[in-house]
Amino acid sequence: MSRIGVFVCHCGENISRTVDVERVAKAAGEIPGVAFSCDYKYMCSDPGQSLLKKAVAEHKLDGVLVAACSPRMHEKTFRKATESAGLNPYLCEMANIREHCSWVHEDREKATEKATDIVKLMVERVRKGKSLAPITVPVTKRALVIGGGIAGIQAALDIADAGHRVVLVERDPSIGGHMAQLSETFPTLDCSQCIMTPKMVDVANHPNITLYTYAEIEKVDGYIGNFQVTVKHKARSVDQSKCTGCGVCMTKCPKKKIPNEFDQGHGMRPAIYVPFPQAVPNTPVIDRENCTMFQSGKCGVCAKVCGPGAVDYEQQDSFTVEDVGAIVVATGFKLYTIDRKPDDSPIQGYGEFGYGTIPDVIDGLTFERLASASGPTGGKILRPSDGKEPKQVVFIQCVGSRAREKGISYCSKVCCMYTAKHTMLYHHKVHDGQAYVFFMDARTPGKGYDEFWRRAVEEEEAVYIRGMVSRMYQKGDKIVVMGSDIQVGVQVEIEADLVVLATAVQAQDGADLLAQKLGISYDKYNFYSEAHAKLKPVECATAGIYLAGACQGPKDIPDTVSQASAAAAKVMTLFAKDQLERDPVVAKVNEKYCVGCFACKKVCAYGAIEEKEIRDRQGNLVKKVAYVNPGVCGGCGTCQATCPSKSIELDGYTDEQIMAMIESL
Amino acid sequence: MPDFEPKIVAFVCTWCTYAGADLAGTSRMQYPPNVRVLKFPCTGRIDPVFILRAFQKGADGVLVSGCHPGDCHYMAGNFHARRRFAAFRALLDFVGVDLNRLQFSWVSAAEGGKWVEVVTELTERVRTMGPMPEFKELEHEELWSTFAGAAGGKSAVLNSPELKEAYDSIG
Repeated sequence: MSRIGVFVCHCGENISRTVDVERVAKAAGEIPGVAFSCDYKYMCSDPGQSLLKKAVAEHKLDGVLVAACSPRMHEKTFRKATESAGLNPYLCEMANIREHCSWVHEDREKATEKATDIVKLMVERVRKGKSLAPITVPVTKRALVIGGGIAGIQAALDIADAGHRVVLVERDPSIGGHMAQLSETFPTLDCSQCIMTPKMVDVANHPNITLYTYAEIEKVDGYIGNFQVTVKHKARSVDQSKCTGCGVCMTKCPKKKIPNEFDQGHGMRPAIYVPFPQAVPNTPVIDRENCTMFQSGKCGVCAKVCGPGAVDYEQQDSFTVEDVGAIVVATGFKLYTIDRKPDDSPIQGYGEFGYGTIPDVIDGLTFERLASASGPTGGKILRPSDGKEPKQVVFIQCVGSRAREKGISYCSKVCCMYTAKHTMLYHHKVHDGQAYVFFMDARTPGKGYDEFWRRAVEEEEAVYIRGMVSRMYQKGDKIVVMGSDIQVGVQVEIEADLVVLATAVQAQDGADLLAQKLGISYDKYNFYSEAHAKLKPVECATAGIYLAGACQGPKDIPDTVSQASAAAAKVMTLFAKDQLERDPVVAKVNEKYCVGCFACKKVCAYGAIEEKEIRDRQGNLVKKVAYVNPGVCGGCGTCQATCPSKSIELDGYTDEQIMAMIESL
Repeated sequence: MPDFEPKIVAFVCTWCTYAGADLAGTSRMQYPPNVRVLKFPCTGRIDPVFILRAFQKGADGVLVSGCHPGDCHYMAGNFHARRRFAAFRALLDFVGVDLNRLQFSWVSAAEGGKWVEVVTELTERVRTMGPMPEFKELEHEELWSTFAGAAGGKSAVLNSPELKEAYDSIG
């Protein structure tokens, strides 16, 4: 007969408001095999944990069930307390009567009944539970950072400065990300490149950082402490080891009129190019789709002029496998576009704004490039259609964001501030120009942010109009912007020379595909999900993978840098130990009954199942059975559900446990 | 059957749907209290026998829910589950269980709202369908025959209407 202790938590009033905890504790006490039950205000508090430890000793308990919040919240806490009470930590389980009961039901009677059922169910699990010993695995003290924007750069530098090796993988030919595209940054109006490029150079020169640009993640295997990541190095057509970065190839390339992605398509670049002059590494790539040599086989100018002979038209994509112990995901964002979306897309375009057909309707990043000294206009605000200086500029906020009917309900967080900054930059450069801003709310939480916004309104003379724009159309060389001023209650019509849309921040293209490779979760907007919204904001639910920057949700630069450093700190914490204890929820084979059909081996996604020979004393082969490598086993249990002879079992989720739970229903 | 409260058993994976149900909790969404959740590491761990047993043990509806295809924490467990349940559903249909009582769905960790929808929909659907006695009776029969068999094959003697009545009163 077991001696289980059941501890029912009030969670202040979070549980006791809808669940009669005393009744649950009393009912639990009547379950056969339960030797002790009680309820307490805060089980997770210090006195609560002491209560648990005392009860274990006093009542000689051999199993513990805490009926409280989700095990995702406090399982570790109570397992630790159980361990310090002298029991195996895996003999402690949690019954989730908060997230799964008290918070989602209002009927006190029914909620109490449900909570009692949950407790009954979990008592069976504890009863059939077994002591488990944690498995230790070695930690590879080398980190992978995916994405070379400010988030990835910061995380990589922090980890590398702590003395650990880092592999930084960037999809584009250069690191720098969106921050390198910005002109000046709020709220200080620092030149973005001036604060960004030294960090980029630091990355390139750091002895602990291996930088792979123009590379992507192909495949991720392994688990915390021991990931094997296959990196695809896209063919640059330029040998990085030979290239000196002199740039002659770029000046001699006969195809020079290719819209430069870095300038949002407004500047021009040759077919062999670096995205921007300060690119790191300063090694060009050949854009094969636009290169005459690749398209028609005739040209070869760049190879002829290249002194060191670095241009290599035959180069192929190559792959390397990197062994790392931790992964920081910092893939950043992209901007929403107003063009027509596919009909089945949950996100809609803005037909009323001309579906992106009016050339002088641009987005925020394009304005950044126009205002940037290194941009296509050399820092002069000139409109794309005819290169004239615009005298009336309309800025529209919340384009795509906070528009449920268009498919995106969240706030993109940075637009209020950057639009205020844009009006300032515009006013600084075009003194006789007038900026108008259509806005819903001005959201300026942040140090010095509201002061900055007020400056835009009060000192820099931007006219803020509260209301949204309903329609825009071209009239001569003007764009007529029709909107409403809801504060005054009138319709507004402005003939603008240039319209700048603060379009929504969205997750990068392919963010979902990368998440699937990594085995991390993401929300319906493809932003990556953190393990806990408040207490684990940089960890993924998948151990050993951390998040930094806008890939988790819209973020400005200070927040991104903070999160990147936090992710780096988490990686360093992991690397502080040589051995890592991991959950002993792994499969084990009962060799007596295993017939060696290896159905388990076929379904194992980890390749954890090996064939083991069983021999008699004379060394004759008796039979072959399955063997699970506990270091490699992920603990999904697919093998157990597949095994026809039921001779493989997942510790912690045995058939006996589950059947006992079902029986209790 | 106005007072009928169906018993719904949910087999969920810990990474997606369990977390999704947690999110429904932290978001204070409301759904019928008829569901009892059993947590598994992965839907791949769920043996169809568990579903049969749940029906036998009083479940009127069963929900199996895990990560969306491609999002499995264990890489491929949900694919194995999907394939297994595709076959299992056909089998269940063959033995005469109304498939409306068994729901298979994908609820991610970020889909608290979807969890609420799925649970509410299944509960209400099963409520209109009424209780499911077949499997419970089957278990009854099974116990009965075991009991009879254990008495050394003298089932003819033991299998008297009085005894059956006595047995029924216990069950």
